[in-house]
Amino acid sequence: MTVYYTKDHEWLRVEGDVAVVGITNHAADELGELVFVEAKDEGTEVAQGDSVAVVESVKAASDIYAPVSGTVLDFNTALADDPSLVNREAEAEGWILKMRIADAGQLASLLDAAAYAALVG
Amino acid sequence: MNAPLLRTPLHDLHVSLGARMVPFAGYEMPVQYRAGVMAEHQHTRTAAGLFDVSHMGQIRLRARSGRVEDAALALERLVPADMLSLKPGRQRYVLLTDPQGGIIDDLMVSRLDDWLLLVVNAACKEGDLAHILAGVGDACTVEAMPDRGLIAIQGPAAGAALAGLAPRAADMRFMDVAEFDVAGVPCIASRSGYTGEDGFELGMPSDGAVRVAEALLAQPGVAPAGLGARDSLRLEAGLCLYGSDIDRTTSPVEAALEWSIQKSRRAGGARAGGFPGADIVLVQLRDGTSRRRVGIAIDGRAPVRGGARLFADADGRQPAGDVTSGAFGPTVGAPVAMGYVDAAHAAAGTPLFAELRGKFVPVTVAALPFVAPGFKR
Repeated sequence: MTVYYTKDHEWLRVEGDVAVVGITNHAADELGELVFVEAKDEGTEVAQGDSVAVVESVKAASDIYAPVSGTVLDFNTALADDPSLVNREAEAEGWILKMRIADAGQLASLLDAAAYAALVG
Repeated sequence: MNAPLLRTPLHDLHVSLGARMVPFAGYEMPVQYRAGVMAEHQHTRTAAGLFDVSHMGQIRLRARSGRVEDAALALERLVPADMLSLKPGRQRYVLLTDPQGGIIDDLMVSRLDDWLLLVVNAACKEGDLAHILAGVGDACTVEAMPDRGLIAIQGPAAGAALAGLAPRAADMRFMDVAEFDVAGVPCIASRSGYTGEDGFELGMPSDGAVRVAEALLAQPGVAPAGLGARDSLRLEAGLCLYGSDIDRTTSPVEAALEWSIQKSRRAGGARAGGFPGADIVLVQLRDGTSRRRVGIAIDGRAPVRGGARLFADADGRQPAGDVTSGAFGPTVGAPVAMGYVDAAHAAAGTPLFAELRGKFVPVTVAALPFVAPGFKR
């Protein structure tokens, strides 16, 4: 099981040709309590770097960018009723969406855990 | 912004309490503490929150004649409120208007024994000072009071908390003003605030601010709360944020603040008009305005924030207005907003649609406030 990270504080876990995407613990802490999470509809095709979801904290709305190009497969519906699940378990049960990876080659452009840890200090 | 950020007298206390400090109106201010915005909001509604509002401007207005009535009359040249009838030991919400009837700032005016205390928005204080000096300088001395702190304690436990340190606080009613010592520091207290809850704002010399804050924080039920909670609390309470909900493009009547214009300043009153923009505002009081500030209740869970456009139809063809403030309301348990809508859509219960990321989500015009006030009348 390989997990990648982005400079924009998303994480991506590869499961075959599917990517499970969420925001990092660091991002969840920075945003504060989330009150709303919404992903693009299933079937939406997004390019790497496109907005693929939005998370709203008490303070502000933030875009979540697609770490790689692909097609939205699934939204974590548990977040519809309990957005703060992301605050509690950002890198586990608080995943946001799944997408089919269009180009596995893009994974090489992402950060590994050590590089991300260095980024957020 | 090139100027270094200013610090309030409570800066080090905030840091020691684990605050996340952010730039706000030229100051380094606590947006939240360890508890977080949601918990600080709820704590203020159920117990008491302590807020540092020392960044706000405090201005002393004193009549050159020595008669405070002359200061009140002079200030009436700049504001549509009745200042002459403000009794000693009372406070009033007041607007500074411009010649077009726009709002230069909203402020609280307190009448002390022989002077008036004005508390103005942080971002407006330099401009207000110059404007007031130009307007009343012939009759009054106008002094900024930069060497003072301002602390708000808000919530149902605020009364007992302050009375525990200053028993006289218990006798005060909503919008009363009194001077007494708190923890050995001479304070000017008003029973008012910006949350819709019972509570007080306490002004004191800067060097006593930490002592007052620490004494209050040691009282039962008092916890620090930051600017984040202050914003969601005031929004639920239906209170305007200057620069978002009111500014020079909005008039007092459009902003649904005509309650701040007493009868004596209206047509037929003893001192009708006589403030900047009176010709426009008095006509609006008589005829109404084409748009009106209203509450916006959101049907779904997605917050609709300031800047969102409102429509009468679900396809976004018929513009109906704009949202000026919006956030999740922790006490309401749903997103809440306020904004301006065309008069035809201003009645509470009117269904509208807000544009949100390219979709049109159903919202409903709502009476303000969203949360019943807890004032001690």
